[in-house]
Amino acid sequence: MTRRKPIATGSDWNFEILTEFEREIARLADEYRLDTYPNQIELITSEQMMDAYASVGMPVGYHHWSFGKQFLAVEQAYRRGQMGLAYELVINSDPCIAYLMEENTLMMQVLVMAHACYGHNSFFKGNYLFRTWTDAGSIIDYLVFARKYIAECEERHGVAAVEQLLDACHALQNYGVDRYKRPSPISAEEEVRRQKEREELLQAQVNTLWRTIPGRPSAEALGAEQDTEDPLGLHAGGRYPSEPQENLLYFIEKNAPLLAPWQREVVRIVRKLAQYFYPQRQTQVMNEGWATFWHYTLMNRLYEEGAVDEGLMLEFLQSHTAVVQQPAFDSPYFSGINPYALGFAIFSDLRRLCEAPTEEDRRWFPDTAGSDWRETLEFAMKNFKDESFIQQFLSPRVIRDLKLFMVVDDDQEEMLEVTAIHDERGYRRIREALAAHYALSVREPNIQVYSADIRGDRSLTLRHVQDERRPLARSVYPVIRHLHQLWGFPVRLESVQEEHVVRRYQWPLPDEEEAERA
Amino acid sequence: MSYFIDRRANAKHKSAVNRQRFLDRYRTHIKRSVEEAVNRRSITDMERGEKVSIPARDISEPVFQHGSGGRRRIIAPGNKEFVEGDRLRRPGGGSGGNGAGEGGASNQGEGVDEFAFTLSREEFLDFVFDGLELPHLERKALVDLDEVRPVRAGVSKEGVPARINIVRSMREAHARRIAMRAPIRRALREAREALEAEERKDPVLRNPARINELRAEVERLEKRLEAVPFIDTYDLRYNHLVNQPQPSSKAVMFCVMDVSGSMTQAHKDIAKRFFLLLYLFLERNYEKVELVFVRHHTAAREVDEEEFFYSRETGGTIVSSALSLVDEIIAERYPPGQWNLYVAQASDGDNWDDDSVACRDLLIKRLMPRLQYFTYVEITPHAHQALWEEYESVAAEFPARFAMRQIVEAGDIYPVFRELFKRRVVGG
Repeated sequence: MTRRKPIATGSDWNFEILTEFEREIARLADEYRLDTYPNQIELITSEQMMDAYASVGMPVGYHHWSFGKQFLAVEQAYRRGQMGLAYELVINSDPCIAYLMEENTLMMQVLVMAHACYGHNSFFKGNYLFRTWTDAGSIIDYLVFARKYIAECEERHGVAAVEQLLDACHALQNYGVDRYKRPSPISAEEEVRRQKEREELLQAQVNTLWRTIPGRPSAEALGAEQDTEDPLGLHAGGRYPSEPQENLLYFIEKNAPLLAPWQREVVRIVRKLAQYFYPQRQTQVMNEGWATFWHYTLMNRLYEEGAVDEGLMLEFLQSHTAVVQQPAFDSPYFSGINPYALGFAIFSDLRRLCEAPTEEDRRWFPDTAGSDWRETLEFAMKNFKDESFIQQFLSPRVIRDLKLFMVVDDDQEEMLEVTAIHDERGYRRIREALAAHYALSVREPNIQVYSADIRGDRSLTLRHVQDERRPLARSVYPVIRHLHQLWGFPVRLESVQEEHVVRRYQWPLPDEEEAERA
Repeated sequence: MSYFIDRRANAKHKSAVNRQRFLDRYRTHIKRSVEEAVNRRSITDMERGEKVSIPARDISEPVFQHGSGGRRRIIAPGNKEFVEGDRLRRPGGGSGGNGAGEGGASNQGEGVDEFAFTLSREEFLDFVFDGLELPHLERKALVDLDEVRPVRAGVSKEGVPARINIVRSMREAHARRIAMRAPIRRALREAREALEAEERKDPVLRNPARINELRAEVERLEKRLEAVPFIDTYDLRYNHLVNQPQPSSKAVMFCVMDVSGSMTQAHKDIAKRFFLLLYLFLERNYEKVELVFVRHHTAAREVDEEEFFYSRETGGTIVSSALSLVDEIIAERYPPGQWNLYVAQASDGDNWDDDSVACRDLLIKRLMPRLQYFTYVEITPHAHQALWEEYESVAAEFPARFAMRQIVEAGDIYPVFRELFKRRVVGG
């Protein structure tokens, strides 16, 4: 291939150069059949980047002190030079918004465009979780709606009341997602239109649920008569809810007895946003791995064609190496497994075992080894989340390269035990354990609504099903205090181990509850 | 398809509201840090921000998490010598394993992590002076009105071209044009209609003289219509400015200090901090603040800052010498009508016995009527002497404008300062 003249050299950039690079990258991405949303690339200053960072990348966010805290932390770290600012920030929206920072060198800008505008962007558009759970076209609208609504609430009910409510919702937001059914797409227009209607309807439902004065002794004796009063059979006996509920915020929104309509709406907003971020929490390794794989591939193509010179390429490689570095467990720089490194390693290895499979690959991946790499990668990107992706595609080769090993830490044993290393006996176990590590159900305690005592003291009982006997951290108390604030009546939490309740928590604390009654 | 947007010119303080919310929420924590900082800081560097730390657990946002314990499987990279079945001692103290697995590794109260951040200079001073106010700013504004400032006061028909109000002028012109053209247009329409009616008649019945007459009339009216000027001199409107009396935005602060032998460097440092706080405080309220340093032992002298704080002298103490010097300087350079006058005096309370009465008279008769505020701090752990007693009677006479406090050690300065300037409920 004849090398052409580089588009630009040095580290300075301007809009013409960026546009030209963008066009080149787009051409190559098209060659690789990367399917993306349109890109909206925004040039911003480092201060604006800090702002964007502080609002978890949401271009419009409602106001809350925790974002201020986040901002101060970012600012402090940046000023001290502890942290380089966002390598890139990209928003799952249509068009896909990516930020380029003014201070970046030309290499960085090109790299970020390849990484974010084509890597992440195609992931957002292709991966099944994002397709199922988020609606890229309407998220910005919804954010605007949320911001306005919360600002209105602040005006009407005071900043303090709203802030308290948001604190409580934030504490539970990881438990505000539906995992198994698709929510209807959220959009601002629709929200505004339906919100009023919903307020009334919702309140009516709650009223029905709570209408019977608790503990009326003759309730059961009334029998048939009761049915017309209670068509839903909510008071017909049995536990409520009849099945445990995993979406705590949804349960609160629909059932909390004392919340005002606007408070239910705020709960809903937090829940909707948590749902929006839910896929990102489950695809960190894949998402970053995919984007890194593509920036690496695209940059190399640019170099091969001569669109970038050696200087820029060296600078790129240095930066790329830093990103995919995986310090060993005993290194002072070790802080867990680097999702960029792991994801990049798996995707790169996947390409390798398609293009040049070894005997081992054929044994481990009979269907995949030797197939068309581009199609295989596309399939892997589209149909998995971290957990299943690792389970499916972590190859012995990658385990060996990273020298992964497994340690079991059991508080009933005196010593830790190395139970698997990167050898023939260990591959499967390591793969299975690493996959499990990325399962949200293992990462986060499994807590569900077990029952609401709608006929008795109105207390709410949650159940924590322990995973491998792991208890809850002490943060459980502040969290159930927040929950109590939303529910309005005592909140209990039972830790269950093999069907036996091993630990109970409650709020208000027993003695306070007594005091309250007195 | 891609496009670039340059957002660099957009507002950058998008997080300002959230930042302020955070500061408000942790007001008490921050205030404590600020107070400590004020007491700790060297005198010259009040003018910068401050690093504030809050215990991380006080501001944590709790979520359900796994605690330590139970059985955990940890996958870690970089195996060197382990083989399957190796048993290892638990790394001391830490949360088990190698800290792999971000999920469970969060700190749970072991060792208090600090959440640290930096207040900007403005924010810092806001906290320093939070809830304080300058006494009698308003009184001054009403009493002595020597300064004026031009203020917009509507529009007028006269004025200089530089102040022309274009929008209003055009609106006037537009109205005038409508008013002046309307009757002409009406006449024109009638003439045209008559002309048309005439022309529509059967040729035999037409009156050529009448037609000519009407044509001439139409032409004449069209000319008149065109002659209505687009803008005329009496359309013009000017922004009207009037001079409004303005409360003086200038202040002068007299620092008066006893430098007799009994005042040690420690005393002076305390005094200096007090002066400094007052200076910063005045600076936030006035556009311009001047400082006058007057030191005295038996005789008073106006000096520069360096000399004021650092050169030593010995000898007795005659406080009235300083007060009368202040009086002279005021008469000479700072007419009370234009300047807000503040006096801050620091001393260890020593004075010639006879002189204290003279001080009282000087204050009551000469100084107090012209001053905004007089603060006196006595830096001594000992019992009060004659000067304090005499000053007490001044304070009784001018309770709102004369303040005196005792300072024993550096830590008292800030509380005393706050006490002197705390926001009072407005009475009378």
